[in-house]
Amino acid sequence: MSDQTLQTRSAPVATQATAGRFGRLMQRSEAARGYALLAPSLIFLGVLILVPFGILLVMSFWTASGFGFDTGFTTANYQKFFERPIYTALLNRSLFISGMVTVFTVLLCYPMAYYVAFHVHRHKMLWIVLMTLPFWTSYLLRVFAWKVVLGYEGVINSALMNMGLIEAPLEFLLYSQQAVIITLAHAWAAFAILPLYVSLEKIDKSLLEAATDLGDGPVRRFFRITLPLSLPGVISASLLIFIPTTGDYITPALLGGPDGAMIGNLIQKQFGPINNWPMGAALSIILMLCIATISLVFILLTLFVRKRVS
Amino acid sequence: MTPQDRFISIRNVDKYFGSFQAISDVSIDIGHGEFFSLLGSSGCGKTTLLRMLAGFENPSSGGIFIDGQPMTDVPPHLRPVNMVFQNYAIFPHLNVRDNIAYGLRRQKLSGAKVNGMVGEMLDLIKLPGYGNRKANELSGGQRQRVALARALILRPKVLLLDEPLGALDKQLREQMQLELRELQRTVGITFVFVTHDQEEALTLSDRIAVMSRGEVLQLDTPTGLYERPVSREVASFIGTMNFFDGRVTGSDAAGLTVDAAGLGTLHIPGPKGAFTDGDTVHVALRPERFELAGEAPAGESGHARGVVRNAAYLGERSHYYVELEGVEAPVAVSAQNGSGSSFSVSEGSPVWLKWHNEAAVVLRPE
Repeated sequence: MSDQTLQTRSAPVATQATAGRFGRLMQRSEAARGYALLAPSLIFLGVLILVPFGILLVMSFWTASGFGFDTGFTTANYQKFFERPIYTALLNRSLFISGMVTVFTVLLCYPMAYYVAFHVHRHKMLWIVLMTLPFWTSYLLRVFAWKVVLGYEGVINSALMNMGLIEAPLEFLLYSQQAVIITLAHAWAAFAILPLYVSLEKIDKSLLEAATDLGDGPVRRFFRITLPLSLPGVISASLLIFIPTTGDYITPALLGGPDGAMIGNLIQKQFGPINNWPMGAALSIILMLCIATISLVFILLTLFVRKRVS
Repeated sequence: MTPQDRFISIRNVDKYFGSFQAISDVSIDIGHGEFFSLLGSSGCGKTTLLRMLAGFENPSSGGIFIDGQPMTDVPPHLRPVNMVFQNYAIFPHLNVRDNIAYGLRRQKLSGAKVNGMVGEMLDLIKLPGYGNRKANELSGGQRQRVALARALILRPKVLLLDEPLGALDKQLREQMQLELRELQRTVGITFVFVTHDQEEALTLSDRIAVMSRGEVLQLDTPTGLYERPVSREVASFIGTMNFFDGRVTGSDAAGLTVDAAGLGTLHIPGPKGAFTDGDTVHVALRPERFELAGEAPAGESGHARGVVRNAAYLGERSHYYVELEGVEAPVAVSAQNGSGSSFSVSEGSPVWLKWHNEAAVVLRPE
C-alpha cells in the first residue's frame, strides 16, 4: 500500500526532470506561458509592421537623388509638403471624402442594423450573413461592378436614357468624388453594420418598454434611449470606416478621375512612376499622423460616452 | 357595485399567442386604492394580464377599462398607468435624478419644480441625496426604490408591479414588503401586483386573484383564500393543506355529513346545495387546525388516533407528521409551542388528533 503511494508521488517529479529547464519555466510561470502563446503574433507584428514602419520613418528624412537615395538627414520632404498646396489639398480632400463616406455609411447602416436587432426575431444570423454578402467577392470586383453601374454607358445612364428622362448620359456619375463616395460607402458597409448591430442588440428591451411606459412616443424614445445607448457602436463603426478609407487608393484610381484623386494615389505614384520614395514615405507618415490624431479624438469620445452610458 | 369598486375592469379577456391561449375569459374588477395581486406559478398568464393593463399586449378579445375609459385603442405611452419592471429597467446612461424625472419631461415643468418633485420622491423612497448616483452604483433594493419613484412621480391612476421583489434576498424582501404596503397607503394609488410568492401576496394584498393556465381559479381576500379555498388546486397552492378522500352521506339544513378516510364521520356546517348524497369529495384541513392530545378527547369535536412519524421543533411552532389508519400521506400538524398544553410528543408515540369540524373544507375532486 505504502509502496504504491510512493510510486504515484514520484511519477510527476520524473516527468518534470525530463521536461528540462524550459518545461519547468513554462510550468511555473503563468507569464512565461502567456508570452509563449503570444510569440508568433509578436514576431509577426515586429518583423512585418514595426520594422517596415521604422524604415519608412527613417527614409522620410532622406532625399531622392537620381536612382538612389541621399541618406543625409533633412526635413526637406516635410517642408515641401507644407510649401506646395497640392499636397495639403489632396490630404484635405481625402479627409473630406472619407468623412462623407463615414457619415453616409453609418446613416445607411443604422436602420438596417436597427431592423435586424429589434424587428427580426428568427434567423437573425441569416440576416447578418445576407447583409455581409457583398463581402464574399473581392474588393476589386466590387469596385469594377460600380464602374459598370455608374459608367458613361452604364446601368444607371442607359436606364435613364431608355426611359427618356435624360438626353445625354450624366457625366458626374463616374470619375468624380461622388463616385468614390458611393463606392466606398457600399464597399465598407459591413464594417458599420456589425458594430452597430452589436450595440443595438445589447440594449435591454425592457428599457424601451420602460421609456414607453413613462410617456415617450417612438420618436422621443429613440432619441432619449436607443440612440444614446447605441452611441459606442456608432463611434466604433465610424472609426472602422474612416481609418481605412482615408488611405484608400484603388477606388479613387479606378472611379475617381482627376476630381476624385486622393492622397493614397499620390503616395502610390511616389513609390511607383515618380520614383521618389523618401517623399512617399514622408506623405505616408503625415497621413498616419493625421489619422492617428483624428482616431485619438474618436477614442477619447468613445471612452467618454462609455463612461456616461455605463 | 359603485364605479369606485370597478376602477379597473377587465371584461371577458382572451389572449392568444399564435394558437396558444395565454388568457382565457378572464373578468376581474379592481377597486380604487386597492392593493390587488395576481398570484400564480410561472406561465399562468399573470404577467400577460399585467402587460395588457400597461398596453404592451392587446387582448385578442374582450375589453379593459380604467376609470371608466376603454383602453383598447390607447397606446401604452398614453395610458394612465405606470409600471415597475421585474428587472427595474433603470436607464443606465442616466443618474438617479434623471431616471426619476424621466417621465416629467413631457409636462414641460421648470427645472426648479422638477428638482423639487424629485427631491420629494427621494425622501419618500428613503434615498435622500442619491440624485447624482449612477445606476450602476445602486444596490438591488435601491434600484427597486428608484424604479418605484420613477413611476410614482407621474401620479398614475394605477401602478403595475411585475414581481418587483423577486430579485431581492429574503431579509430585504420582507423589509420592502412592509415599505411597499406603507407606500401604497401613503400615496393612495391602486396597485396591481404580480407575484408567484403566495406568502408575499397574502402579506401585501387586499384581494388576490389566483391564476392557473390563463384562468382565474379564485378571487378573494387573503383570509378567504386561506380559509375557504374553492378547489384543491388553490388549497394546495396557498399554504399547506391536508386532504382526505371522502363521500357525502347526508345533507340537511345544518350542513353536510361526510365519511372521510382516517377521520371518520364528520358533520360539516356550511356548504349546502353544491353536493348531493353519494358524491366523492375531498375534505381539507389546515395543519394548524389540528391539535395533538395524549388521550381520547371528550366532547363533540372530531378526533382520530394516530402515530407520530416525524417531529420538528421550529422554536415558536412545532411541525409533526402523524400517520392515520386508512390515509396514505401522513397528516401535517402544526402546533404552537408553549400554548399551555404540556403534552409532549416524540417520534413513534401514539397520539390523538382532534379538530373542529367547522374548520374542514369540502372540495370537489378534480
